[in-house]
Amino acid sequence: MASLAKSNLPRFDVDIFQNEYLADGAREVNAIVTVTATGGGTSGGRPLPTDATAPGAPAQSSAVVILVDCSGSMEYPATKMRGAREATAAAVDTVRDGVAFAVVAGTHEAKEVYPGDGGLAVAGPATRAAAKESLRRLTSGGGTAMGTWLAKADRLFLSRRDIALRHAILLTDGKNEHESAADLDRAIAQVTGHFTADCRGVGTDWRVDELRKISSALLGSVDIVAEPSGLVDDFRSMMENAMGKQVADVALRVWTPANAVVKFVKQVAPSMEDLSGRRTEAGPRAGDYPTGSWGDESRDYHVCIEVPAAGVGNVMLAARISLVLPQPGEASPEVLSQGLVKAVWTDDLASSTRISPQVAHYTGQAELASSIQEGLEAQRAGDFTRATAKLGAAVRIAHATGNDGTFKLLQKVVDVVDPKEGTVRFRKDVSEADSKTLETRSTKTVRVKK
Amino acid sequence: MQQTDCPSCSEPLDPEDAFCGSCGAGRDEPVPVAASLPGSWVADDRAGTAPTAPPAPRSGGPGIAHGLVCTHCGAAQVATDGYCEDCGGAQPRPRDHMEKVLAGVAGVSDRGVRHHRNEDSFTVAATSLPGGAPAVVAVVCDGVSSSDRPDEASETAVDSASESLLTALERGVDPGAAMRAAIADAARAVAALAEDGASPARPDINAPACTYVSAIAANGRITIGWVGDTRAYWIPDDRVSAEPFRLTQDDSWAARMVEAGLMGEAEAYADPRAHAITGWLGADAEEVVPHTLDFTPHVPGVLLICTDGLWNYAEAATDLAHVVRTDARTEPLAAARTLVQFAIQAGGHDNITVAVLPVLPATDLAGTARPDERTATLLDLPVIGAGPAAAGGPEYDPHDETLPDLPVIGSPRAPLPPLPPHPPAAPPAPAAVPAPPDHPPAR
Repeated sequence: MASLAKSNLPRFDVDIFQNEYLADGAREVNAIVTVTATGGGTSGGRPLPTDATAPGAPAQSSAVVILVDCSGSMEYPATKMRGAREATAAAVDTVRDGVAFAVVAGTHEAKEVYPGDGGLAVAGPATRAAAKESLRRLTSGGGTAMGTWLAKADRLFLSRRDIALRHAILLTDGKNEHESAADLDRAIAQVTGHFTADCRGVGTDWRVDELRKISSALLGSVDIVAEPSGLVDDFRSMMENAMGKQVADVALRVWTPANAVVKFVKQVAPSMEDLSGRRTEAGPRAGDYPTGSWGDESRDYHVCIEVPAAGVGNVMLAARISLVLPQPGEASPEVLSQGLVKAVWTDDLASSTRISPQVAHYTGQAELASSIQEGLEAQRAGDFTRATAKLGAAVRIAHATGNDGTFKLLQKVVDVVDPKEGTVRFRKDVSEADSKTLETRSTKTVRVKK
Repeated sequence: MQQTDCPSCSEPLDPEDAFCGSCGAGRDEPVPVAASLPGSWVADDRAGTAPTAPPAPRSGGPGIAHGLVCTHCGAAQVATDGYCEDCGGAQPRPRDHMEKVLAGVAGVSDRGVRHHRNEDSFTVAATSLPGGAPAVVAVVCDGVSSSDRPDEASETAVDSASESLLTALERGVDPGAAMRAAIADAARAVAALAEDGASPARPDINAPACTYVSAIAANGRITIGWVGDTRAYWIPDDRVSAEPFRLTQDDSWAARMVEAGLMGEAEAYADPRAHAITGWLGADAEEVVPHTLDFTPHVPGVLLICTDGLWNYAEAATDLAHVVRTDARTEPLAAARTLVQFAIQAGGHDNITVAVLPVLPATDLAGTARPDERTATLLDLPVIGAGPAAAGGPEYDPHDETLPDLPVIGSPRAPLPPLPPHPPAAPPAPAAVPAPPDHPPAR
């Protein structure tokens, strides 16, 4: 029987954008790798009547766990807990038939709210109704220890080892106060690679760095929902996104020649995420960088390689970039698509001095993200000169690269005097929510204008 | 046994050479599949029918090609897409070194040393005129490096022009007219590349472009045509009693300065702008002015057509003649290889392409010496206008110093220069020039 999962695998296309020409003696090769997954049999959220053996099951086996903060602070204001309850209900409604799911109430410990039997329920009209009913029992009280929430999600997913696509949604309103940072780090390390997770902070009392740490490790998104009323829409769209994933654990494999050094591998679109530290060796001169789960979507990566110098006239393969899907056991992974990054040494200055527009663009987007983060950090530290300079630089880049979303967020924090020059003044009465939104979304990038 | 020729490209090897200086192949390795089958590097490995499956690629790349050793690091790890899985080095591609030989004409093209790919293209072909007389044709084009896809431009021009020339000659069209039509066809084909949608819409990259030179040898008459700075030279067998000379006049900044009398030749060619060409085939060529020339040699010799990758190292015809083997007429492939090797050893800054057409005087072909006519002029028909005079293009100057307008052969009774291996009445195209088995024509 043909593998069902395989027939529904998205088609992966890899496009490489680079200026392959190097001047004599130059060694650094930069390339933007655009990976596009299409046609993975997305059903638009409707159940796929394909698997006769498990009525109602979706084409791909997937599982979701919703982790809802139920610490005492969620009662202040009371709209937060209500918003969380309603958002969770909306998310449960969005779970496709056949998907395994669970809801966990998070405090200083993790409590299973539904199904509550140490495992996962299979979505259907009855289980969805029962899950929503049990949300009434969500009450607030207690502390916040997100590491225990993640560990609980991990155990729940382990109850169904047959399921490949595993995703968690984590909502919190506060800091991780009831376990040490080391405990959280340990918990994150333990579950990394087991499932993906999107994190949401409601209100302004949570810490961006904590949630970003979790979402980065678990290859998901982080965002702010400043007003509890916004939770319902956000949860629904997060769940729709999770339901659209068709293949898990895809890795970006980077082969480089002998004596070459990978300087960095970053996801640069839709958001900035440095993957350099996530490399696992994959045979001679090759390493895998995790990219998580894919639906119909496109992402860009910036790969920077230092190759051994070669004489003018030489052509070298600086990197072979492929998307690979690990296979169970010792089988060699399935190669979904590949692209070549080349190095060509020339004495034609016109060629070697040209900069790839894609590389230039994402170098700018990376600078934009770091300028915002450093600017806000300087502001918190009371160094307004540095903060003004950094946020001014961010305004200039956002304006020049057409990153309107980030530009608007910056405008809520600084008065823009001259966007071209990056001249800004700090605004008085900047709301905590606006400042936090800017910080959270600083890593959002825009793609190169075609 | 002492191996003296590269097993891959047949370049002569010195005894101490471990690798071929031309194509990079190791001297003792079996002839790589890629070198003997042009195009196999770019072939999709999935279409390959290797009897044994290549080892599973850990890199996520294609399989490892059997029996290939990297020309850079020596690892037996060459992937089927032509890159070493160890050092990443690109393996020689079919266009890096090309040789073609037919009875009566041979050509060699090489990437050289400093360019990463071969943007030159050439072909040699033979056909027969309606009367049955043989005709040989050679076309050499040089892609303009600052243009988009120069390698495609030169290849397109060569394909289009050779097709056009052969068709016209077979129909009995006069070689001069055939030449002008071929240049026009090539110009159209190259210009069309700019419209094929594959060019980047960028202002800093010019439309695909190339220069052009070609020659027809039929019935003892040579017809050449050119645009740009690709050249044709006449090199007689006997360089004592006859003089080698250049037949073409470059469409280049330097040539224009000399022509206009603004600079001496040495000064003009030393200028950084010297090689800026003023004529080319391409969509952005304002006007393609084809230069053509008819020429009936009265002594045996060879016609060379070549790219600037060769003549940059021996600009004057007399200098170039020093590098042309004295047996060039009977061994045109060997002569072409020697010329290419000369340019590589001189630095190989550009791609190098040369075609060698052996030529016997028409009188010898007819088997009846007519010494009275042979004394008249060396050049019977030095000028065919560059299209209509109204075109305003640079006219060919018969008094150009590269073309001696005085007969070079001194005495009406002078016998033909002695050529031991080749009696004067022999057919013009020694059929004894075999194509090396591992180098069939690239297309």
